[in-house]
Amino acid sequence: MAKHKTPMLDELEKGKWPSFVSDIKQEAENRGKTSVDLQTPKEACDDLLGLLELTYKDKVVHWKHGGIVGVFGYGGGVIGRYCDQPDQFPAIRDFHTMRVNQPSSKFYSTEFLRQLCDLWERRGSGLTNMHGSTGDIILLGTTTPQLEEVFWEMTHNLHQDLGGSGSNLRTPSDCIGMARCEYACYDTMALCYNLTMEYQDELHRPAFPYKFKFKFDGCPNGCVASIARADMSFIGTWRDDIRIDQEAVKAYVGGEFKPNAGAHSGRDWGAFDIQKEVIGLCPTQCMEWDGKKLKIDNKECTRCMHCINVMPRALRIGQDTGASILFGAKAPILEGAQMSTLTVPFMKIEEPYDEIKDLIEKVWDYWSEEGKNRERLGEMIQRVGFQKFLEVCELEPDPRMIQEPRSNPYIFWKEGDVPGGWDRDINEFRKKHQR
Amino acid sequence: MGIEDDKQLILDTLKSKKGKTKFYLKDFNSMFPDRKPRDVKKLVNSMVSEGLLEYWSSGSTTLIGLKGSGVQHEAEAKEE
Ligand code: SF4
Ligand code: SF4
Repeated sequence: MAKHKTPMLDELEKGKWPSFVSDIKQEAENRGKTSVDLQTPKEACDDLLGLLELTYKDKVVHWKHGGIVGVFGYGGGVIGRYCDQPDQFPAIRDFHTMRVNQPSSKFYSTEFLRQLCDLWERRGSGLTNMHGSTGDIILLGTTTPQLEEVFWEMTHNLHQDLGGSGSNLRTPSDCIGMARCEYACYDTMALCYNLTMEYQDELHRPAFPYKFKFKFDGCPNGCVASIARADMSFIGTWRDDIRIDQEAVKAYVGGEFKPNAGAHSGRDWGAFDIQKEVIGLCPTQCMEWDGKKLKIDNKECTRCMHCINVMPRALRIGQDTGASILFGAKAPILEGAQMSTLTVPFMKIEEPYDEIKDLIEKVWDYWSEEGKNRERLGEMIQRVGFQKFLEVCELEPDPRMIQEPRSNPYIFWKEGDVPGGWDRDINEFRKKHQR
Repeated sequence: MGIEDDKQLILDTLKSKKGKTKFYLKDFNSMFPDRKPRDVKKLVNSMVSEGLLEYWSSGSTTLIGLKGSGVQHEAEAKEE
């Protein structure tokens, strides 16, 4: 029998999709009958349901704002949560969230997942969120005394560390990359791991005016959507030509290979039409098919990946690979949502990644000095101007940084760049230009 | 100025700000105008480890204050 009546939450179970309410009820029931020696209140999940029902009834949040942030020596990884109705819901008087650094590309063994669940059943609420939007493993709800206990077990038995929160470097996150994907233009896992280890101090202790995120996409398909979600986005790309296997192109045209590796075979779309489905959809119109041979004008190609995604057996990424680096994406908080801006069109991504670290540190130093409190990097770039940001990065303006002529007119001449400076002889000028 | 003097300057400055108990990391930079923010950050974080200062976070932003001053949700939770 449920501890609290939850008529409004029950409504949420009625749709055809899985419901988080059912999940919490299931865990509440398990905790009621388990023989595990629980270190947190048995009724945590029941009280959580009760509090949520009250929240819907009152139409106000019943969690207090903020609080404790970490375990000893850490200034991140724990989000303090205290309920403002502790007498009614004593089992969730304190119900802190822990953020755990996910392994690169989220590779787990079932053994690890079992250990993680066992740990969290015993020392937390048993409720998790796999994964939070930054990428971390999110462990929802534990008491203050359990924080250090969980941290000890996590680091000593599971060999996993807490992730970032607050004004820290947030847990870096990467696509599956070279581990399984032939499109990867650099080793996303290696770079993600390397930078995570290099910047442990920034990850665990507040270091900046606000949060800072790195994300690593191995190619422009953008499986971790770094362009929309990271202050510094790495997107794999190549400088040379798309490799074409003309025989395989013919096999696609002849219907021997399924387009998109059969991903759209749930419905009959008719015979594959290369002209309509590939050539016609190339955003830069740089492809040509004469019935025998496929041609690509590579200098016009923007590496959008469309043709490669449709015909992966015929087309492959180039061999001179690296990444484009973009800065400044963010969700709407102060300003509206913003995508990252292309800043480094191409960089080779090679160990020990010194060139990347050099760039990161230039940006951090400037932002720490010039950024306002709670101002994301992208907002600061808007405020000081992209030109200033390029100076900070010690980069020259490049036509590839703008979308099309005159749409982003943010590169201005400086006096030193102009022969003769700003001074001019007005009489000379008037000879050619009437008033 | 030695590191102990730096710490004392931080403690005195925070104590002198009446009515304000939590500060952004950047507020500490202005106490040391000719230092790099990265060095100031290290100093502040080491003072937290020593128990002189403490962090407070909303989850998205981190604030820093003198240990034990201002609203303490944990203490509040116990009092109630
Ligand atoms: S982003 Fe590209 S390289 Fe990474 S997993 Fe997706 S398709 Fe593969
Ligand atoms: S990757 Fe995109 S832009 Fe380049 S040739 Fe293929 S479809 Fe065209």
